[in-house]
Amino acid sequence: MTVKYTREHEWIRIEGDTATVGITFYAQEQLGDVVFVELPDADTSADQGSEVAVVESVKAASDIYAPVTGTIIESNEELSDRPELVNEDPENDGWFFKMQLSDPTELDDLLDEADYQAFIQEEL
Amino acid sequence: MTDLHSLILEPFHHEQGAKFAPFAGYRMPIQYPLGVKGEHLHTRDAVGLFDVSHMGQLLIQGPGSTEALERLVPAALQEMTPGQIRYSQLTLDTGGILDDLMLTRWDTDIWGLVVNGACKHADMAHFKAHLPGAVSMTYIDDHALIAIQGPQARLTLSRIIPEAQNLLFMRSLKTTWKGRDITLSCCGYTGEDGYEVSIANDHARDFADALTDLNETTWVGLGARNSLRLETGLCLYGNDLTQDTTPIEADLLWSIQKRRRTEGGFLGAETILKQISDGAPRKRVGLTPADGRTPLRDHTTLKNAAGDVVGEITSGGFGPTHNGPVSMGYVTQKLSTLGTELIAEVRGKALACTVCDPIFVQQRYRRAL
Repeated sequence: MTVKYTREHEWIRIEGDTATVGITFYAQEQLGDVVFVELPDADTSADQGSEVAVVESVKAASDIYAPVTGTIIESNEELSDRPELVNEDPENDGWFFKMQLSDPTELDDLLDEADYQAFIQEEL
Repeated sequence: MTDLHSLILEPFHHEQGAKFAPFAGYRMPIQYPLGVKGEHLHTRDAVGLFDVSHMGQLLIQGPGSTEALERLVPAALQEMTPGQIRYSQLTLDTGGILDDLMLTRWDTDIWGLVVNGACKHADMAHFKAHLPGAVSMTYIDDHALIAIQGPQARLTLSRIIPEAQNLLFMRSLKTTWKGRDITLSCCGYTGEDGYEVSIANDHARDFADALTDLNETTWVGLGARNSLRLETGLCLYGNDLTQDTTPIEADLLWSIQKRRRTEGGFLGAETILKQISDGAPRKRVGLTPADGRTPLRDHTTLKNAAGDVVGEITSGGFGPTHNGPVSMGYVTQKLSTLGTELIAEVRGKALACTVCDPIFVQQRYRRAL
């Protein structure tokens, strides 16, 4: 199992050809209290970088992008009733959706944890 | 960011852990460590403290000032008693709104005004252009303005300013705190009981410290100030009120007292009085999404079933006390009836929504003891 990160503050946990996607602890901290998450339907295909979900905090709406190309296979339905999971447990129970990867080589362009930590240090 | 003004209390807000953002030409505290939701809920439950020193405090006085001001606002001023406050709008020839404001009568011909920070320089130019020579305008830029809002505001503030105890909504008085002159006004922008205190910059830090030391108080940034006013149906100038909206479209007829509705005599009266008798082409309403969950934010387009554009959300977001989406906007008169079903265009998708009362959380002003 590998975890990768994007510059848009998403994490991607890869198990075989399946990727689970959510937003990072840093991202939820920046967003503030999450009040609504709009999730993609299963079986929709998504290109890398396309808008697939929306997370709304008390402050604003933010787009969530597909970190890799593939097909959405499942969304975290629990976020409909408990959007606060994104704040409480962003990198586990607060996951957004799962994707079937089409092109695993796209993962090579993503950040590993050390790179991501360095990236957010620059942003701060 | 270098041309932004600093609040006199900026170092204090830094110590309180505030995050800042530019607003109305100032670097303003947008939130504190408690966060927007926590600050909002704390204000509804107890007391929130707000630094609103970016707002424009003006003094207008001199013979004929009351009549001169009545030319510029549709509120009835001549009938007001000393210490009384009224909410009104600076109207334009077209019936549009240049700004909304609070006016306090101090004496026959002495008026204290509080106008929006983002509009204050335009407002002052407007006053200079329209007030007669005998009427003077002073910009009180050496005073901070601190709001104390919430159900515990009365009890809390009374501990250091006893006069707060019996001051009713839309009344103001001049008193002292630790020997320093202050103006204490019972009004605000949260829908809650509370006050705004004007105090000289030199004493603002001491006052902020004293308020912070009181039990139950927390500092609240512009983020929660916005959700608090939105939930209680209060308009934000620049969003819900503009030069292209009239007080009647904005559903502010209540702020135009009877004499002015018949006599007129203010800028834009022709348009405004005609809208009072014949109706306005559109009206400000509340809007709620049918799914009960998706926030309908500023600038969301509203359509009818046929797909024609019939309005727009002017302010919208999530209300922590309402615990759901809260929005207001304008729709054509025909569609402004409560319960009318419309379509909101959210991120390219059609979302069903319903016209509702823009007051999502009841206002709790103290109108009697």
